[in-house]
Amino acid sequence: MTPGAILRNGLVTQNPGLVQLLGLCPLLAVSTSLGSGLGLGLATLAVLVASNAAVAVVGRFLPAEIRIAVFVLLVASLVTAVELALAAWVPGLHAALGIFLPLIVTNCLLLARAEGFASRQPPHLAALDGFAMGAGFLLVLVTLGSVRELLGHGSVGGDIHSLLGWPAPVGVTVFDGRHGLLLAILPPGAFILLGLLLALRQWHRARRAATTSEPAPATTPGAARA
Amino acid sequence: MADRADERSLWRAARAAILLAAVAVAGFGLVALVHEATRDDIAAAAHARQLARFREVLAATRFDNDMLADVVELRDPELLGTTAPAHAWRARLAGRPVAVVLEAVAPGGYSGPIELLVAIAPDGKLIGVRVTGHHETPGLGDAIETHRSNWIERFRGRSLGDPPPARWKVRKDGGDFDQFTGATITPRAVVGAVSNALACFTRHRAELLAPPATIVPP
Repeated sequence: MTPGAILRNGLVTQNPGLVQLLGLCPLLAVSTSLGSGLGLGLATLAVLVASNAAVAVVGRFLPAEIRIAVFVLLVASLVTAVELALAAWVPGLHAALGIFLPLIVTNCLLLARAEGFASRQPPHLAALDGFAMGAGFLLVLVTLGSVRELLGHGSVGGDIHSLLGWPAPVGVTVFDGRHGLLLAILPPGAFILLGLLLALRQWHRARRAATTSEPAPATTPGAARA
Repeated sequence: MADRADERSLWRAARAAILLAAVAVAGFGLVALVHEATRDDIAAAAHARQLARFREVLAATRFDNDMLADVVELRDPELLGTTAPAHAWRARLAGRPVAVVLEAVAPGGYSGPIELLVAIAPDGKLIGVRVTGHHETPGLGDAIETHRSNWIERFRGRSLGDPPPARWKVRKDGGDFDQFTGATITPRAVVGAVSNALACFTRHRAELLAPPATIVPP
């Protein structure tokens, strides 16, 4: 695969959040604001790049029986390292992400990329795939987080300064948070908005397929998992 | 022939085990290294975080001791809402106690216990109350947080006799404290816990205001 195809795959055609629907639990739970979405997205991206590269290095030496066990070990070590680093240097973000930071280990996106791509590729392409997939996931987290924060709290990025320990707010306040749509911050709102986002993507794809009059490739959401 | 096949599968298993062990050791090494590199910063961050909480709940109260080291443990499940030992930190200025910061839990939150820090002056007046952890509904119950509303500030200056014990309740229950729109259970739990914390302070007053323990922990 060419680097360009890998990037397009992660960001668009096989986007983990919108097409593969991998890692939905953290995606829905943490996307309550732009800040926390960005934080978890970056942490996941970092782990994914490192785990894909590590898997590509050791993958070819591994007999089938222990492959998954080794991948889990690698991912768990990397996630623990990232968690410790955040606790030491970005304590506000570490506290806000709480349990979802160590739970990156259980994000099926990581094992899916390790097993499905990285173990059969050279390290640099595997790392690029980790970056592309991580960025695709980050993009959905940030979009969902911004929309939910805007609808629910009336601001965008309103908690970034407290996550990073900065003294002054950096976000934009659009309207008074007391008039926010509560549903958007609650779990049902996450599902509804993700559904709308999926519908938007499908609509866009169908429209493009219609204008180019090419049969669209079968990328129904969730199909990649089956 | 069978012997050779056995030998080969044994060798395969041994190779797999060695590889797995090697990766485990490498992963362990990575975590150990990062742990070593971050240990001091994590401790410093936790220290700073706790100190910032003290500063907030103590408002303008000045103190010059190392509060984190000047701590006693209280066990009073009835009044502190938890069976675990609760911490009580003492703030002192020139050696004299100026405040006690008590950890308390309001067990009756809408979705689980609400954790509080309650700062009390030696005369039994409240200096401040802060919520340190809760699972209340965003937009309704979270008005107990300072960045959502200033509701929690109304405890300042209150004491066990002010208002009288029968009115240490939310208005809906015939007390003096406002509930907030859409949520009664949350403020009810907090008001109850604060009143209990004050009672706990009275009950353990001598111990809480005692001079710091002379035994320095190792």
